[in-house]
Amino acid sequence: MDLSLLIIQALNGVQLGLLLFLVASGLTLVFGILDFVNLAHGSLYMLGAFICASLTFLFGNFLWAVLVALPLTGGIGYLVERFVARPLYARNHLDHVLGTFGLILVLDTLAHLIWGPAGIAVPLPHWLDGQIALTETLVIPSFRLLIIAAGLAAAAGLFWLVNYTRLGMLIRAGASNRTMVSALGIDIQTLFALVFALGAMLAGLAGMLIAPITEASIGMGNSIIITAFVVIIVGGIGSMKGAFIAALLIGLIDTMGRSFLDDIFKLAMSPEAAETSAPAVSAMLIYIIMALVLALRPQGLFPPRTR
Amino acid sequence: MKKLLTLTLAAGLMSTAAWAESVKIGFVTTLTTGAAIIGTDMQNAANLAVEHLGGKAGNLDLEVIFADDGFAPETGKQATDKLVKQDDVDFVTGYIWSHVLLASRKSALDAGKFLISANAGPSQIAGKLCDENFFSTSWQNDQTPMAMGEVLNRQGVKSLYVMAPNYAAGKDMVAGVERTFKGEIVGRDLTKWGADAQLDFSAELAKAKASGADGIFVFYPGAAGGAFIKQYDQAGLKDTLPLYSVFTVDGLSLPKLQAANFQAVLGSRTTQEWDPSLDNAANKRFVADFKAKHGTYPSFYAAQSYDAIMLIASAVAKVGNTEDKDALRAALKAAEFESVRGDFKFGTNNMPVQNFYLREVVADADGTWTTKVVETVFEDHIDSYAAECKM
Amino acid sequence: MSFLTRRGWISAVVMALLAVLPPVFFLTGNAFYLDLATRLSILAIAAVSLNLILGYGGLVSFGHAAFVGLGAYAVGIPAHHWLYGGLDFLATTSGFVQVPLAVAVTALFALITGAVCLRTKGVYFIMITMAFAQMIYYLIVSIEEYGGDDGLVIDTRSELPLIDLDNPLQLFGLAYVSLLVAMLLVRMITRSRFGMVLQGAKGNEERMVTLGFNIYAYRLTAYVISGAMCGYAGALLGNFTTFISPEMMDWSRSGELMFMVILGGAATTLGPVLGAIAFIVVEEILSSFTIYWHLPFGLMLMGVVLFARGGLMGLLRGRREDGE
Repeated sequence: MDLSLLIIQALNGVQLGLLLFLVASGLTLVFGILDFVNLAHGSLYMLGAFICASLTFLFGNFLWAVLVALPLTGGIGYLVERFVARPLYARNHLDHVLGTFGLILVLDTLAHLIWGPAGIAVPLPHWLDGQIALTETLVIPSFRLLIIAAGLAAAAGLFWLVNYTRLGMLIRAGASNRTMVSALGIDIQTLFALVFALGAMLAGLAGMLIAPITEASIGMGNSIIITAFVVIIVGGIGSMKGAFIAALLIGLIDTMGRSFLDDIFKLAMSPEAAETSAPAVSAMLIYIIMALVLALRPQGLFPPRTR
Repeated sequence: MKKLLTLTLAAGLMSTAAWAESVKIGFVTTLTTGAAIIGTDMQNAANLAVEHLGGKAGNLDLEVIFADDGFAPETGKQATDKLVKQDDVDFVTGYIWSHVLLASRKSALDAGKFLISANAGPSQIAGKLCDENFFSTSWQNDQTPMAMGEVLNRQGVKSLYVMAPNYAAGKDMVAGVERTFKGEIVGRDLTKWGADAQLDFSAELAKAKASGADGIFVFYPGAAGGAFIKQYDQAGLKDTLPLYSVFTVDGLSLPKLQAANFQAVLGSRTTQEWDPSLDNAANKRFVADFKAKHGTYPSFYAAQSYDAIMLIASAVAKVGNTEDKDALRAALKAAEFESVRGDFKFGTNNMPVQNFYLREVVADADGTWTTKVVETVFEDHIDSYAAECKM
Repeated sequence: MSFLTRRGWISAVVMALLAVLPPVFFLTGNAFYLDLATRLSILAIAAVSLNLILGYGGLVSFGHAAFVGLGAYAVGIPAHHWLYGGLDFLATTSGFVQVPLAVAVTALFALITGAVCLRTKGVYFIMITMAFAQMIYYLIVSIEEYGGDDGLVIDTRSELPLIDLDNPLQLFGLAYVSLLVAMLLVRMITRSRFGMVLQGAKGNEERMVTLGFNIYAYRLTAYVISGAMCGYAGALLGNFTTFISPEMMDWSRSGELMFMVILGGAATTLGPVLGAIAFIVVEEILSSFTIYWHLPFGLMLMGVVLFARGGLMGLLRGRREDGE
């Protein structure tokens, strides 16, 4: 196993991890502060991708499309909060799961009606479409580096927002003691709506970043939402730090598992057995990790200190 | 509740009133989820066939009832059950996916209906599970990749990297290419498939590149195909790792790829039993009318669906009714219809015995991306499981 | 007492209709509706058993479809070996082996996973039950011998004395009687001391612990009973479809089971059955009108959650009982 391949795979793992973080951060914000389980968070990821794809063809430029699509996705997030989430805050998690499960069906079918079943391939500007040679043997697509950069920037921005702004202070306060915040006369409803829209924008951004790689397609949100839940559960629900570390961990483990598990298995078993069992185990890997973490630490790796 | 049940009761009684002077064809395909792109194409082609036939099979009115399998075997089986038991169709056709066909097979055959696959071709159904009332207007899964293996030998490819989704058809494709390819397989990746299929192939492409293979063979049907081509393009592998694919680049993915200008796909090679450029009267009419109506080239799914309806209509026209099952079976087996593939004949296991072509992705006279035939790889090819069929 | 009688009447009428209507459909040439009723009864058994832990126990399992799937494979795998050879000790079509096997395997799976899952609470519990279901899903997908993603086609049903499962009427009869038994069983459990403790822990866990009950053991027992009943439903489902696929264990299937329980009314005897009936009938009607039926279906789901608290049972029995 040569070193440059290992480095490339590590970068790929980081890239997947950062995308997962963008989705998971919104999920964990909404859960941590609003105590709301949003299964339809993945649909916002899908809508981000579709809106951005349509706008890319309208403007002829991917970056402009992202800039316009971000507030639009945030707006959709606001509508979801207003009409679906808000009436359900007072209910239990079961009602959240079922209500947003219904919302998934609605949003997926709407996407089918609006954009058709085909999915949209998103073209990139020329300067993003090339390769960057890090060393002689280390060549990676430049857009992948952009994803990593954008993911890190979003993470840093979020960190700043949560730790050094008034809004962040309220968010942190809301996460640890909701009644106290509303008792202080803060308009808790506006705060909740803002948090929800912010989460929607982050998920939408992840969808926009992945669309040029995998294209925008119906149901794309349903494949990432389960993984994103695994991330926030492993990280500890409501913990931004936990989500970040767990996302990178899951991204790296998933990518590394897919790449090297068969080689590792070959050390212990016949090549045929390794080739058939490796894909199965790598598909199960993240769930195995989640079960292990929960068996040892039922609150996840970084449970928020106070609730 | 009572009202609801009365409603269904009434609906049920109404639909049992059989229309004696017509032939009913049930068409099971995927009309929801992202895979609906395939189902819609098949539906368009089947409707075009009915239109070309003037809505008649001989003296009988032709009625096609479409049903959605939701990309899931159990739903597909329920759809088949309903067509067979409630709509009382005479033929059931369609079927994109191997698992849906396998799940539905018993429902259709036990009811004494004819089952005609317009796409799926799992090995069981050509071999040990073959049936006198089952026919196919497509192929057995292994055949297309076997043709590709032969192409690779002819082009002097010595080492190959193989990628496919980790499900039965994916494994069939890998087995198929390995059966005929004489060089070395330097790497093989089976990626996660199903509801949360893996669509980011960065890890695999990095491995493929590092393997130093002469070429890469892939099978990624539907949306995954477009995703793969794009990442192959972005990874800049066009010159170092030529792409050889089956069921990945087709009439459905090319318009999307062209819209996004993914040039890497031009010149890539794929094998198939049909091509829009095949030179026969039926095909020219089919392709021209399909393009006029829907604005795109038909895919091979469409061609096979068109043939399925034409095959059924020819048998019904010949027999003149839908009651005489033995005569219908003989008429189906004779396959006396104008196929878009030119001559069409069935083997002992009711799978087509047909040519396989090497196709190349090119731009046509109008600049639209499509495929053209480069050479004939196999002539009158018989699938590998025909001998296992005891019929 | 008057509302109890009303509830009893509703139950009797619904169950009687479910017993009588499908055979009538069958005999008047609408065989498809008998099939629909058989599938409905089988899924209702699964919903009734999920209700035991979800409704009465307050444990939201998002992985119950895995039990249904495992139960189905416990029928399919012996039949597969009987048809195609291999593993002779397992190869059989006898229902007396297949069905107990389904129950035993799912009970064991519930015991192992339950022991881990029940250490967690709330959303963690929801997600870890789903994680175990996903693991089983991918495990089955990877076993090529049993068809992997393509699923397992079995051309033979379980053999039982006196009843012939190839006869659709008798298969429906078995499913229907099984449903009645399952409902009675859950009713008996919830009225027993065991059931009281389970329901008590749902309302106030700390109090039950203070009273000296080992809540964990009670919940684990309920989880195992529920899983085994779902396994039995899976065995029936495998016999009904004669086709078993990993797709039966998909997380959205678990979601559908949960929805049936909530739609009908959690923690009621008839609720899950009503939910299953409404779910299947509405799905059937909507999907025959349009391929975009998921849209109104999703809206209905949201509507039920937002506006119809207590589910259909809540609507049927009026407001008085709502505060249970």
